[in-house]
Amino acid sequence: MLETLNYTLKDFKSENEVRWCPGCGDHAVLNAVQKAMANLGIRHEDFAVISGIGCSSRFPYYMSTYGFHTIHGRAAAIASGVKCANPKLTVWEITGDGDALAIGGNHFIHVIRRNIDINIILFNNKIYGLTKGQYSPTTDRGFVTKTSPMGTIEDPFVPGRLVLGAGGSFFARCVDNNLKHSQEVFEEAAKFKGTSVVEVLQNCVIFNDGIHEAITDPKTREERQIFLKHGEPMIFGNNRDKGIVLEKGKLRVVQLGEDGVKPEDILVHDASDQDGFLHQSLISMKLPDFPVAMGVIRAVPSKVYNEAMEAQIAEAKAKSKITSVDQLLSSGNTWTVE
Amino acid sequence: MSIETKVIELEEVSIRFSGDSGDGMQLTGTLFSDTSSLIGNDISTFPDYPSEIRAPQGTVAGVSGFQIQIGKKKINTPGDLAHVLVAMNPAAVKANAKYMMPGGTIFYDSDSFNQKNFEKAKFTTDDPFTELNLLDHIKVPVPITQLTREALKDLEIDNKSILRSKNMFALGLICWVFSRPLDYIEKYITKKFGKKELVLEANLRVLHAGYNYAWNLQHMTPRYVVHPAPIEKGLYRNISGNLATAWGLLAAAEKAGLELFIGSYPITPATEVLQALAERKDLGVKSFQAEDEIAGICTSIGAAFAGDLAVTSTSGPGFALKSEALGLSVMAELPLVVVNVQRGGPSTGLPTKTEQADLLQTLYGRNGESPVVVVAASTPSDCFYYAYMSAKIALERMVPVVLLTDGFLGNGTEPWKVPKVADLPSITPRIARDASKFKPYQRDPKTLAREWAFPGMDGFQHRIGGLEKDPGGNVSQDPANHQLMCEIRRDKVEAVADMLPNLELVGENSGDLLVVGWGGTLGHLDTAVRELQVKGTKISLAHFNYIKPLPSNTKEVFSKFEKIVVCELNLGQFVGYLRDKMPEHQYHQFNKVQGLPFTIQELSDHFIKLIEE
Repeated sequence: MLETLNYTLKDFKSENEVRWCPGCGDHAVLNAVQKAMANLGIRHEDFAVISGIGCSSRFPYYMSTYGFHTIHGRAAAIASGVKCANPKLTVWEITGDGDALAIGGNHFIHVIRRNIDINIILFNNKIYGLTKGQYSPTTDRGFVTKTSPMGTIEDPFVPGRLVLGAGGSFFARCVDNNLKHSQEVFEEAAKFKGTSVVEVLQNCVIFNDGIHEAITDPKTREERQIFLKHGEPMIFGNNRDKGIVLEKGKLRVVQLGEDGVKPEDILVHDASDQDGFLHQSLISMKLPDFPVAMGVIRAVPSKVYNEAMEAQIAEAKAKSKITSVDQLLSSGNTWTVE
Repeated sequence: MSIETKVIELEEVSIRFSGDSGDGMQLTGTLFSDTSSLIGNDISTFPDYPSEIRAPQGTVAGVSGFQIQIGKKKINTPGDLAHVLVAMNPAAVKANAKYMMPGGTIFYDSDSFNQKNFEKAKFTTDDPFTELNLLDHIKVPVPITQLTREALKDLEIDNKSILRSKNMFALGLICWVFSRPLDYIEKYITKKFGKKELVLEANLRVLHAGYNYAWNLQHMTPRYVVHPAPIEKGLYRNISGNLATAWGLLAAAEKAGLELFIGSYPITPATEVLQALAERKDLGVKSFQAEDEIAGICTSIGAAFAGDLAVTSTSGPGFALKSEALGLSVMAELPLVVVNVQRGGPSTGLPTKTEQADLLQTLYGRNGESPVVVVAASTPSDCFYYAYMSAKIALERMVPVVLLTDGFLGNGTEPWKVPKVADLPSITPRIARDASKFKPYQRDPKTLAREWAFPGMDGFQHRIGGLEKDPGGNVSQDPANHQLMCEIRRDKVEAVADMLPNLELVGENSGDLLVVGWGGTLGHLDTAVRELQVKGTKISLAHFNYIKPLPSNTKEVFSKFEKIVVCELNLGQFVGYLRDKMPEHQYHQFNKVQGLPFTIQELSDHFIKLIEE
């Protein structure tokens, strides 16, 4: 039976001083996560926050929940172990573009493939901040950093496409400076059964300031972001007069009322569509031709690894004659010496 | 003229089954071993197989062997040299010639002794035995292929299946030679092929055909008699080191009242540990086949953080990949058991062969001051006990423990008197009880072990991680604090010595030569030392199962001997560690890195030479 839990944000703050740079996007994400957790109706002691290495990975120290700040790239594997060992826990993984997509790329795709019920908050600032400004796997081609003085010569990962490619069932996107929307997205991610990946476009105020500004500036937000909601038409713009349509297999931005475009022509967002084609197109939308898609882009209920593991154990226990180690040791081919 | 069967009565006898890697020699050897145990022999086995699953047929590289020693006395090793060789082709004779006892018996499939196979095995003449100088051996040609075909001629069965059952002919034949009953093997085959009637019928027929053939031709076949060994009363089973390791961990979890989690990745020769635990979902095991070795240990560290008895299993190359994460468990002070079934290295090395060359990697192969407890099992069956003790130490002292076994122990089998879980030492995990007083890095003043609290426990919420922290658990960069914490983690591992039994000697407490060994070489060292003791040599054996920390009385034991020789299957790793820990002694060393166990002969020769020097 659910008991009433009246938590507030304060219940999730630790006494440790938050040491991110002033103006860092991480502060806002921390607040949004704490608010989301307070709203979830889950007991405080059942949260476990696991992080890898990087600026954002200091996150667990600023939480009052159980937390584990681990090693570079491995948070997904460690979080998988925590969840499988105790499936009753609500496990959050805090990671960044370097941690999850470079050194931890293998664990990232495999946790998604398995669909273990953890929530991955992927802070994407397109730079290595903790080592002071080298390019990351999400840095745009040609971008000049300390290790790419003439510009990078590689194309970046688009995290959402990687999630889809790995067979992901949940992907969402939000922006650090939009606290209310981030909080909503985190709550939806937590409620989803399976691996939920939330990409947070996050600003590194020191080494990559303004990298997402064209998208995230609150003044142009409504024109440059589209907030997707399951079951609702894909409409955006200051005057909510623009929409997304599907034409000859491709997405296109249209102006409502122009060229005979009617409201019913606008695509209605279906996050639960098993086929990832539209989700892939939505994830790939970028400026200047498109707004950038925000919110829960994909949420398809799928088989969950930790649940299947529990089910197999329960089935084996019910069927097997062996219920103790003593029985195991004396099972099979044995003989007695008199 | 009537010729009686030659009956050879022996205290112990070694038999080697050898053929192509697809010939089923491992199964043949295993069934023969189990049968021998059931009639009361002590046994020790050694599978010796190539790393290719099916190397080119008929070549020496593709030969797969299985050696077993059976005896009426305590058997410690599979035997240096084989009394009897069963060879399915010329390549098998070539591969095993150097492991044959002078005057031994070779049964071979004469149908396979043809020009084509001589060429495949790179013989230059059509007389392999002369070419290999196997002149004083008893050679028994048996047309195994033809007789197998004959036995199955009225069965509607394809050629491939016929050839596949040849190993049963060899097995039946050897069972007669060693006076073994067939009932256990029949039961096994029936269970295995119960649903495939034709295959079952074929295997049973060929098994009997082999047995009857030997019986009919007894005038030309020597027969061996090995009486049952006098062994302690009780319930017995054959067990391999890898299975014993898995079951020891299960016993520890049950005793500690915890659930067992294994995160692991398949690697030869350790894979069976993961497989054996994956089979035990009925005992609640959570087995997680990870995407790589790193995820193997990391999922286990996560499970340890969440309150399970957490284990990861691997072999040398995989252990190298786990190094960084092992350092995390040192820093986070979480209980963890890492099993390393050592194989020949470096790099991919000799994947299916045995070696003891990961000791230094285990002791020192991590960044920073990163001490772990190191335990080594020494026989296939005592892998159970040392896996159990590794878990006990990890849980009671909040420290990662590395259990070293090796390919020889992991794949080898021996009869084992089944213990009762109630008789095993108690295990008391350091689970925190009082939330009001809990601090994550508060320690027991004597053992320096911290308390364990995990998610789900109300009131114990805390954060840990890989950063250095102060004794209160807060992240700290303070210089003096870092030194203090490094010393505490070192002293915590050293304090484990108070849980360990004293080092006991095989032999007198003083003498001319102390033989020192560790891990999987016990059987060979023990046999060599005892044989010399019988001859009056003042020699004793100190064999180590606890490497870090060493048993408390080690210094005292070493001081009573004229000479010390450290024997290991590497180029001198334990001896280097001992020189560092106890530089007051002069150490001789005897090392072998051929992917093979020691032989008793080479050990004895070396010991005698050392004493006489």
